[in-house]
Amino acid sequence: MKKCFLIPLLAIALSFNAISKLPQSDIDLRSKEIGKSLRCVVCQNQSIEDSDAPLAADMRQIVKKRILEGDTNDEIINYMRRQYGDFVLLKPPFQKNTLALWILPFMLIMASGAWFFKAKK
Amino acid sequence: MIRSLIPLFTLLIVSTIFAVGLTKDPRSIPSQLINQKFPSFSLSELNDAENIITEKDLLNKVSLVNVFGSWCAACITEHPFLMGISDKENINLIGMNWRDDRVKAINWLNYYGDPYDKIIYDDESTLAIQLGVTGAPESFIIDFQGQIRYKHIGIINKKNWEKDILPIINSINKI
Repeated sequence: MKKCFLIPLLAIALSFNAISKLPQSDIDLRSKEIGKSLRCVVCQNQSIEDSDAPLAADMRQIVKKRILEGDTNDEIINYMRRQYGDFVLLKPPFQKNTLALWILPFMLIMASGAWFFKAKK
Repeated sequence: MIRSLIPLFTLLIVSTIFAVGLTKDPRSIPSQLINQKFPSFSLSELNDAENIITEKDLLNKVSLVNVFGSWCAACITEHPFLMGISDKENINLIGMNWRDDRVKAINWLNYYGDPYDKIIYDDESTLAIQLGVTGAPESFIIDFQGQIRYKHIGIINKKNWEKDILPIINSINKI
């Protein structure tokens, strides 16, 4: 009975430990990394890391808060994506509606290569 | 002959794509949240820091949540229209005071008038980011079930009110 009582206490103690053990430099590094991949929705061609817009500052705060709460980088980026859509990602994901964007350059290189060699003959 | 026309056709296709692309407004970001639940929140009322507002306070009527701030110039342009609909229409007009200072916001409302039934004070963008807000003014229509039905970016005026916003409010009220 006494042991049962200890388990949740131990879990709480451990989780506190995990939070406090996340060093500040680690948090900064990760929030920078996430911030660089998120678009500032006000100034559009800047990342929230580079932007001085107040909303970008608030978004950085939320990224930091979520890191402290133990979210992974992907979880945080997906959280922002749920509210702001793919638009918030500076690097467009590889998916159905961006297929042309990703594939076209390679196809153009191949096509022009083929054309070039054909013309040489 | 046909071969020599290929570059011309390519140019035509590319310029058509660009022409269409350039007419799109990059500032209007499509909302991700249409037909989704309004995010749960717990923030204080602007006029009374002790009074906590949550998403449940939006449910008794159709709610129009209007994002504004005393720093927002376009909100001054929009404001007279909101004053005009505040007691006429069968809606909850909820203000969302965004990234503002409590005193400045209250002074602003004293000066321009207060059309709102309730005002959520969101100084740290807690709710704004959950709503995908990118600027002010922005407005959301919420139905009785707490679902977001429409998002309007920019100023509400007579024209877009009658054309876009009121029909949606009426269609919800009819059910």
